Amino acid sequence: MIGNLPYVAVAMFIGLGIYTLMFKKNLIKIAIGVVLIENGVNLFLITLGYRKGAIAPIYTQAPSGQAMVLPTPQALTLTSIVIGIATTALILSIAMMIYKHYGTLDTDQVRRLRG
Amino acid sequence: MNLSNHIPILIIAIPLLAAFLVPLIGRINKKATGVLTTLALSVSLILTILLTVKILTVGPQVYVFGATSPSLTLPSGLKFPIRIMFEVDAMSIFMGLITAVVSFLGAIYSLSFIKKYNGMDKYYSLLLLLTVGMFGMEFTGDIFNFFVFLEISSIASVALISFRGVDYGEPAEAGFKYMVVSSISALMVLFAVGIFYGQYDILNLAAIAKAIKYSQLDKIALGLLIPVLAMKAGAVPMHMWTPDAYSEAPAPITMILVAASQASLYALFRIVFSLYNVTMNTLTVGWIIIIFGLLSMFIGVTMAIVQKDIKRLMAYHAVSQTGYMLLGVGVGLAVLANPIALQKYGITAMEGGVFHIMNHAMYKGLLFLTAGALFFRTGTRDLNKMGGLAHSMKYTTIFFIIGAAAIAGLPPFNGFASKLLIYESVYRFNPLLSIIAMVVSILTLASFVKVFHSAFLGPKLPQFKEVKEVPRSMVFAMAVLSCIIIFFGLFPDLIVKNIVHPAVMSLIEQLQYTGTALGGM
Amino acid sequence: MKEMSRIVKTVTNFVYGFIIIFGFYIIVHGHLTPGGGFQGGAVVGSAFALLLVSYGSLNSKKFLKKDIFSLFENSGLTLFIVLGFLGLGITFFYNFLANSGGWFGDAAVIGINPGDMNTGGVIPLMNIAVGLEVLSAFGVILLTMASGAEFTKKKENS
Repeated sequence: MIGNLPYVAVAMFIGLGIYTLMFKKNLIKIAIGVVLIENGVNLFLITLGYRKGAIAPIYTQAPSGQAMVLPTPQALTLTSIVIGIATTALILSIAMMIYKHYGTLDTDQVRRLRG
Repeated sequence: MNLSNHIPILIIAIPLLAAFLVPLIGRINKKATGVLTTLALSVSLILTILLTVKILTVGPQVYVFGATSPSLTLPSGLKFPIRIMFEVDAMSIFMGLITAVVSFLGAIYSLSFIKKYNGMDKYYSLLLLLTVGMFGMEFTGDIFNFFVFLEISSIASVALISFRGVDYGEPAEAGFKYMVVSSISALMVLFAVGIFYGQYDILNLAAIAKAIKYSQLDKIALGLLIPVLAMKAGAVPMHMWTPDAYSEAPAPITMILVAASQASLYALFRIVFSLYNVTMNTLTVGWIIIIFGLLSMFIGVTMAIVQKDIKRLMAYHAVSQTGYMLLGVGVGLAVLANPIALQKYGITAMEGGVFHIMNHAMYKGLLFLTAGALFFRTGTRDLNKMGGLAHSMKYTTIFFIIGAAAIAGLPPFNGFASKLLIYESVYRFNPLLSIIAMVVSILTLASFVKVFHSAFLGPKLPQFKEVKEVPRSMVFAMAVLSCIIIFFGLFPDLIVKNIVHPAVMSLIEQLQYTGTALGGM
Repeated sequence: MKEMSRIVKTVTNFVYGFIIIFGFYIIVHGHLTPGGGFQGGAVVGSAFALLLVSYGSLNSKKFLKKDIFSLFENSGLTLFIVLGFLGLGITFFYNFLANSGGWFGDAAVIGINPGDMNTGGVIPLMNIAVGLEVLSAFGVILLTMASGAEFTKKKENS
């Protein structure tokens, strides 16, 4: 029943993220665009490990006789989520600093460096 | 316990430990933070030189984390390595030398440059983390580990670029642009890592190189990786973040950022040469890299001539010089499948490109440090406001002349050696490329004559009456770089034969890379 | 930010301790059940966010101090790297406590088992170090952003 649906969702996330990055003018919306792309890539990594009809890869008190999904992509995704938190915290802090000095969050007016 | 087996990890672990100890020590004594940073980076520099000697005499080294012995890559009959490992061969240690020298000199320069800022302990901690990220990118043999170190160095460099953003607005704007660009790059690298893992179930670079079949998904991964890594290195048309980020960062950080961009360039070469090698159509991919190089050279130097801000001008020149490296290595890639052409001019072109990486880090670092010295004493970066500084800042003037002559390719300095290698070999591939490279070199000389005239020549201006020479630690850092530039310019043959040629051969021969990791299978 | 009503503050008083205990449970049992250092640290960090939102940033500064959080963060990180160095006799990050009978040193069981907490070697210690670091880092980030928002609001109102 699942079929290729997660991969379609990944494509939608990354597509919406790139659309938000290119066409929105508020700095916070650009930060949300980066978070959307990151969520799409994390979903892609977890979907790679899925096997049909398998359970979570934990040995403690697991029901016996069932296959388990691959655990390595889950470790990769975890690392990526941690990095994503650091990235998001840094982008939002820098947006706060820009608001403090420029008084606006519109990218059309935050343009003192050009040429 | 034979300590010499553990050198690859000690080069990274000692700055990492220092990065976490610096804020703790900063609570007790503020001056000790700079001293601890310089000590940790000097230990890294000495260990890197020892490792270079070992690799050039013995061969590539492998270090496996958490195994029962440092070089046990395949325990008890497994078919591919399952632990994270570092694989250091001649090209990796070449880049490692650049990183070690540049970050050590950056830390020494920072001892007097950032004395009046508060938050000094965070600055040194971030500088050490940036160095750890760069070393990790260059030494690792595992593609997911490469992604983690890429993100570490990106986040540390964004925090350092926005360091002055507490008082001024422009560093925050530059930091925001760089953060968005490097986030997207790193996430697309992670996507490509996912594609590789989904197909082959392996994360180790050498094992994937052995198992790769150039399927449609691998083409998609290559198409994602080349533009994204070139974007982190600052190639046109993805260079928009370079002038802002390089000009708004503090001067020693800009020098280290140049080395960080070159680490991404190293990653691009590693993926194209050691992972794919001749399974792909090297002529097409080589021409794509050559086109990136040509655009970078030309657009970089033409945008640089019209700049008024001295660091922004030098940042555009950094983009232009990256084009030289891409051109040289691109020509080598294009003839990789053709052994006659490879012997005749391919290897020389790649030697020129790779040697240019080291030369560029040295003279561009020196130029950024002199711009930082000018900013430190006069408080401005605008060329229209500066003038007549050669009267009061004699050492800085001499170092600037050495740096400008090196970047323009004048004979007794090192720029001439690598540019001559590139001109001669690229001419035999296609004469038009070599002519464009020479024209760009002439324009580079023109723009630096303009900078020298505006900043240093002329009568002494009244508002700069109390300007003296910069403090001793800054002069020391600039002097060391000048000595290296002059030494490389006088004896280029020594360097090319002993360090650059093994690096280029270790890129071209894929079997040497996979054989070290997989134990001769 | 301003404080919230009395109902919210009373519920926070009840729930705050349970969230922190749950977070520490996730950190320490990381080698048996889903969880580990980062996830448990994030749960404890969310308890700090609850406190900040319901009591307002001015009141929370009386019992959440940024200096102490910064100190804990650095010690957590240093502990993690020192645990890596301790295995340097064989390789970096070598698990020298696993299957050795000391702390966390019972033999590891492969296959489905009811879960013995004494196994794992160096891994639960690293989980605790990372958990300590993450919860302090969340505290520092939240407190810094809250004070930045206060500064901007003061500038806007003046």
